[in-house]
Amino acid sequence: MTDRHETQAARIAERFGDKVARVASGCGELTFEVDKDALLEVATALRDDFGYEQLIDVCGVDYLTYGKSEWKTREATDSGYSRGVIREDVILDEAESFDPKRFAAVYHLLSVQHNRRVRLRVYAGADNPPVIPSVVDVWNAANWFEREAFDLYGILFEGHPDLRRILTDYGFIGHPFRKDFPLSGNVEVHYDAEKGRVAYQPVSIEPRTLVPKVIRDDNRYRDELHDLRDAASDG
Amino acid sequence: MAEIQNFTMNFGPQHPAAHGVLRLVLEMDGEVIQKADPHVGLLHRATEKLAESKPYNQSVGYMDRLDYVSMMCNEHGYVLAIEKLLGIDIPERAKYIRVMFDEITRVLNHLMWLGAHGLDIGAMTMFLYCFREREDLMDCYEAVSGTRMHATYYRPGGVYRDLPDSMPKYQASKWRSQKDVDRLNAAREGSLLDFIEAFTEKFPGCVDQYETLLTNNRIWKQRTVNIGVVSPERALNLGFTGPMLRGSGIEWDLRKKQPYAVYDKMDFDIPVGVNGDCYDRYLVRVEEMRQSNRIIKQCVDWLRANPGPVMIDDHKIVPPKRIEMKDDMESQIHHFKLFTEGYSVPAGEAYAAVEAPKGEFGVYMISDGANKPYRVKVRAPGFSHLASMSEMVEGHMLADVVAVIGTQDIVFGEIDR
Repeated sequence: MTDRHETQAARIAERFGDKVARVASGCGELTFEVDKDALLEVATALRDDFGYEQLIDVCGVDYLTYGKSEWKTREATDSGYSRGVIREDVILDEAESFDPKRFAAVYHLLSVQHNRRVRLRVYAGADNPPVIPSVVDVWNAANWFEREAFDLYGILFEGHPDLRRILTDYGFIGHPFRKDFPLSGNVEVHYDAEKGRVAYQPVSIEPRTLVPKVIRDDNRYRDELHDLRDAASDG
Repeated sequence: MAEIQNFTMNFGPQHPAAHGVLRLVLEMDGEVIQKADPHVGLLHRATEKLAESKPYNQSVGYMDRLDYVSMMCNEHGYVLAIEKLLGIDIPERAKYIRVMFDEITRVLNHLMWLGAHGLDIGAMTMFLYCFREREDLMDCYEAVSGTRMHATYYRPGGVYRDLPDSMPKYQASKWRSQKDVDRLNAAREGSLLDFIEAFTEKFPGCVDQYETLLTNNRIWKQRTVNIGVVSPERALNLGFTGPMLRGSGIEWDLRKKQPYAVYDKMDFDIPVGVNGDCYDRYLVRVEEMRQSNRIIKQCVDWLRANPGPVMIDDHKIVPPKRIEMKDDMESQIHHFKLFTEGYSVPAGEAYAAVEAPKGEFGVYMISDGANKPYRVKVRAPGFSHLASMSEMVEGHMLADVVAVIGTQDIVFGEIDR
């Protein structure tokens, strides 16, 4: 990481105190976790005082299965493992509350005048549905990005003027990018000759995992991982 | 007196000027637009969710299909994000090849844009001229990757293979006489680099031709000057990037400001507009084609003089050569591991952005240390541009909507993802 980065990080940390927390990133990028209630204040100040006049991206994230592997070698050696994944019932977000670190929105900001970037992460908290204040009034570019995050993850953006679905079909049910939403979806369409129109029916595809997700503490990155962890505990 | 009422009109999703599957719900006061509400998502394929269910390398092909007129630039953004997470540096020659093909892609994209934009607002000939040159560049894609569009040529660690020594040639057939074929094959006798060099020699002349047809054309100016004006402040606030931002007079180009690959060694200029209308954006893009041509030329010279590897040598990431696998057990194991479960990437997050022809194409990637990305987010430039559609067409006539769609350079592959 360069000095320029560090100076900027120190300035932001000094200005906002405990409303923001620096997160170590292995790739020389500046990342802050922002308190949900302070988001609007931080966003406005970053735009006006720090020169981040452009919002490049808003990205919803679901941390439900972060760090979990699909396939444990030892168990599979005993039992063999099937490619099919057992289909669970359709989950329609009936949970009372979520893990407070499950849903997050990640903002990428760009300062054209200073040629700098910064990334903010805001956790949505335990509520169901998850709610995050909208930054549309700070950066108008957030309008569609927030609609997208709402559509795909079900995160509500408080204060958004027009929070509709954007990418999925009219009348779609569920939030497809959540990690508990099956990759093959819940419904499929076919042409119904009797009704004379296209109709929905439950999906007929067998869910399959062609390549299991394996998490490996790779030897080559062990040192770097430790560095990262040390930096995280220091910062 | 009769009551005057606004009416709502549906434009698309099956309209040829909608550039794909755009549905616009227009609120009209007579011939004047009051409000435009774009409905997108008709081409949504959940590319990001698919990428999250596959090993890293298997998703390179999906990136081609995002913005399907600037294929290799999308791949570049994706492989840069992986390389950033892995912390690897690729050979110099691979960087030059990537820059050269990024620029070829930019020319391809701008030609497609110019042809389609011209066609939309009444300039039929442009389409034919542009596709004539696109054909040659498509042949470059074919020579290097085997396919004309969805190349999957950039790989984490470099590019798939070195530039070929020969070009594919036309063959005489019932529809094409030997004489025609000889004329078409004249530039194809040498290597790919010879072919590209011949192209860069003739291309500025072609751009002159386009400009003769359009730049001072009365009808073209009537359709574009003062249409869809965006002030620099609004352009920033709306998240514009690329020619849309430069057309409004802001000098911002990632190739200059945050150079990746070998753009810092290239000599080129950034064209900037003044008024921020459709005509300025047209001028910016046409000048960009000339600048791209300059960059391609510099790359050709360098690539001729400097042979070398185009892939890193780490077989934990890059598959070994076919020949090595024949009698080396370790290579075979590497190959098997890479093509069954892929490689795992250290935990962390990275955002890599490239200056794609349409603007900033970014890939935000979260890895939890697995062989598949935990989250991939594609930041498509067209998404923020289309979001500002309503603001850009308010108060304009219905026919200007088509000009604004054209100037935004909309492609639904990247917007709907």
